[in-house]
Amino acid sequence: MKPAPLLEVQELTKEFGGITAVAGVDFTVSAGQIKALIGPNGAGKTTIFNLISGALEPTRGRVLFEGAPLPVHGAHAAAARGIARTFQLVRLFGEMTVLDNVLVGCHRRGRAGWASCALRTRAMREEERHLRARAWQVLELVGLERRAHVAASLLPYGEQRMVELGRALGMEPRLLLLDEPGAGLGPDEHRRLAALIKTIRDGGTTVLLVDHHMDFVMDLSDEVLVLSYGRKLAEGDPREVRANAEVIAAYLGEEAA
Amino acid sequence: MTGWAELAQYTASGLVVGGVYALIGLGFVIVYSVTRIINFAQGEFVMLGALLMVSFEQAGLPVAAAVLLTVASVAALGGLLERVAIHPIASAPALAVLILTIGASIAMRGTALIVWGTDPSALPAFSPGPPLHVLGATVVRQGLWVLGVATAVFALLWFFFTRTYAGTAVRACALNARAARLMGIRVDRMFLLAFALSGALGAVAGAVIAPITYATYDMGLMLGLKGFVAATLGGLVSPPGAIVGGFLLGLLESYAAGLVSSGYKDAVAFIVLIVVLLVQMAGWLPGRVAEEA
Amino acid sequence: MSARRRWTVLIAAAILVALVGAGVRSTYVLGMLVFIGLYAMAALGLSLVMGFAGQVSLGQAAFFAIGAYVSGVLTASHGWNGWAALLAAVVAGAVAALLIGLPIFRLSGLLLAMASLGFGIIVYYVLVNWSGVTGGPSGLTGIPPLAVGRFRFDTDGRVVWLVWGLLLLLLGLGGNLVDSRIGRALRAVHGSETAAEAVGIDTARLKLAVFTLAGASTALAGSLYAHYLTFINPSPFGFTFSVELVVMVVLGGASSLWGGVLGAAAVVLLVEALRSLLPLLSLSRGAAEYEIVLFGLLLMAFMIFLPGGLAELRRRPA
Repeated sequence: MKPAPLLEVQELTKEFGGITAVAGVDFTVSAGQIKALIGPNGAGKTTIFNLISGALEPTRGRVLFEGAPLPVHGAHAAAARGIARTFQLVRLFGEMTVLDNVLVGCHRRGRAGWASCALRTRAMREEERHLRARAWQVLELVGLERRAHVAASLLPYGEQRMVELGRALGMEPRLLLLDEPGAGLGPDEHRRLAALIKTIRDGGTTVLLVDHHMDFVMDLSDEVLVLSYGRKLAEGDPREVRANAEVIAAYLGEEAA
Repeated sequence: MTGWAELAQYTASGLVVGGVYALIGLGFVIVYSVTRIINFAQGEFVMLGALLMVSFEQAGLPVAAAVLLTVASVAALGGLLERVAIHPIASAPALAVLILTIGASIAMRGTALIVWGTDPSALPAFSPGPPLHVLGATVVRQGLWVLGVATAVFALLWFFFTRTYAGTAVRACALNARAARLMGIRVDRMFLLAFALSGALGAVAGAVIAPITYATYDMGLMLGLKGFVAATLGGLVSPPGAIVGGFLLGLLESYAAGLVSSGYKDAVAFIVLIVVLLVQMAGWLPGRVAEEA
Repeated sequence: MSARRRWTVLIAAAILVALVGAGVRSTYVLGMLVFIGLYAMAALGLSLVMGFAGQVSLGQAAFFAIGAYVSGVLTASHGWNGWAALLAAVVAGAVAALLIGLPIFRLSGLLLAMASLGFGIIVYYVLVNWSGVTGGPSGLTGIPPLAVGRFRFDTDGRVVWLVWGLLLLLLGLGGNLVDSRIGRALRAVHGSETAAEAVGIDTARLKLAVFTLAGASTALAGSLYAHYLTFINPSPFGFTFSVELVVMVVLGGASSLWGGVLGAAAVVLLVEALRSLLPLLSLSRGAAEYEIVLFGLLLMAFMIFLPGGLAELRRRPA
């Protein structure tokens, strides 16, 4: 018997006024998978991410994480349950250093409250040491140790994306949502990114990603889900999906039909 | 026991002051809907309108000319404020611009204090004569002027926004600045126009209310805030909402002062403000004030 | 600034304060220092709200007034011990901030500012009209100075010790906070709320906590003010004072704890400078009028040219 899926999306629907961005989408993500959401622009991929991470409220349907429904209010609630995400357009804490950005990611790993922090108790300092150690580990993983004390906004775009990834990893998430992690990267960087994502998965984090680069996605993912106009078009093994006629039509439009 | 005559009286005075609040509220709405800025100096436009009228009248100008000159001057000031102070920081966060307009309002108030001093100035009513009796209430002539001018202004604005190109461009800007820009509308000119219009509206409000309440350098703050409350009743983006809000606030204030206690009259506006904001937040009223992401 | 360096600076400052309080004779200078300290304490909380929660409170004077009146009423009308009253005042400020913050912090920035303005004015009206308790427009007299045993804080020098001692303590604790996990969370919320939420930070709760702390610190300043002047009335606690506090934070710089101190000092010194200079220019109006215009223009100039305040100047070369 298959173990219960880590993430279960049931009849997820999101309407904005007259526009249906996501229409009754169902899918699951199993623990330890790397799954990709692909589809033409406007298919609803980022909207689904926003629905899962709690940044948006669904019009209908729900999301189950580890068997329990995710609260719809407040993006921080999903994060508290262990869901981390990156953003299509990097949202860093620009004025803070790279290390501090990752440390913020570790926020929920700490417990020190206002009083302990104001008084700098021994427990608080001990915890700080732990958090910093964890943050350094993450920096080494994403290859940014040498940039630790640089202000995040000063870094080149590719490194900024790594900072954001590092911040997400600081949470020690069970599920990592990556929104276009490969955007703007060259082929070498894509290869390194794929290797990094596999390492992350091997470390126990399930990955759900959205991306446009077909080769990158197909090589990396265990399973692929194709969206078009907010609807699920196909789901399954990357090679099968790639050969699917409907999928080809959706991507290439009427020219191929 | 409150009789009909008293109720009528409260209603009449409520409507008169409500008309002024409506004019001021419109000023807020026009600026906010186009620029997404709350212009704290709106109240000072009213104050300047009142005091300039006093000076022009003392210089011997006839009422109509004085009004026109006052409105033109304050409109120009509004435009100047936009060009010199708002335009340079147009991309700053809205709160920063709010603080800037607070600075502007303080500077205007201080300047008025220097020029006109602390003593309130009187302005004669636009037309002489004893108060009139309407439906059981006693209304000073100026009160009718207030309502008459306000109505004329509302009509003019309606005409401007629906029948002229400039007005339609302003409305387009208010609905969607990016789309308006794509259509070739100069958004920064719309900003200028919005501020100038709000200056004009404030000046009109000040000019018509001055004969009733006297003109003084610090009248702008309260009037501005109350006009703002009127504007929030329309979600800060709806002109009809601001008009209704203005009259509603005027009536509420008048009834509260008459039926409850005059000491808390000014507090009414702020209680209404908090209630309106909270109710809108809960989504019960239409025209929820737009939030920026 | 590292913790050790910060505490070194604070202890050095404390020694300086002790010397000044003991050595300086001029009540004019000492009085000015007391006010700078009080305003800095009041502005401290507000600078956290503006710099980290990214909100503007246009009604902060209300908390100052609450602190002053709670202290005043409890000691003058009910004979409470001064320190107990001070504690009650701080708690009152925090509770008031929490109660008003809960509903209004869910509003967007501009509306929150206006709602806080409304709150400030309502508090002012209550103070003026609830004469039975507050003494109405004429206020309260007979507020005893704070004392420890027979040592009373009733001279300007001793009040300088008290106010600045507490202020430096707050700055120390605040500095610890800024460097900690919570401070990072605050700076994260300031940097990008969406991203902060995405790492599990409850931004709404954090902002409310900051607002509550600000209410407490401003109320503390108000309470000390009451025990210093020994009489209070509502007139200094109106909208103008709220704006002055915002001016102080803007001038000094919101994202820095010391910004409040810088701003308070800048404003007080500026006002004094104006008062001394203007008679020399023999203008037709008194200093107060020009003060007002100058503040307005300063505020505008800072928002256009130096929105980060004076504290930003220190950071610029970085």
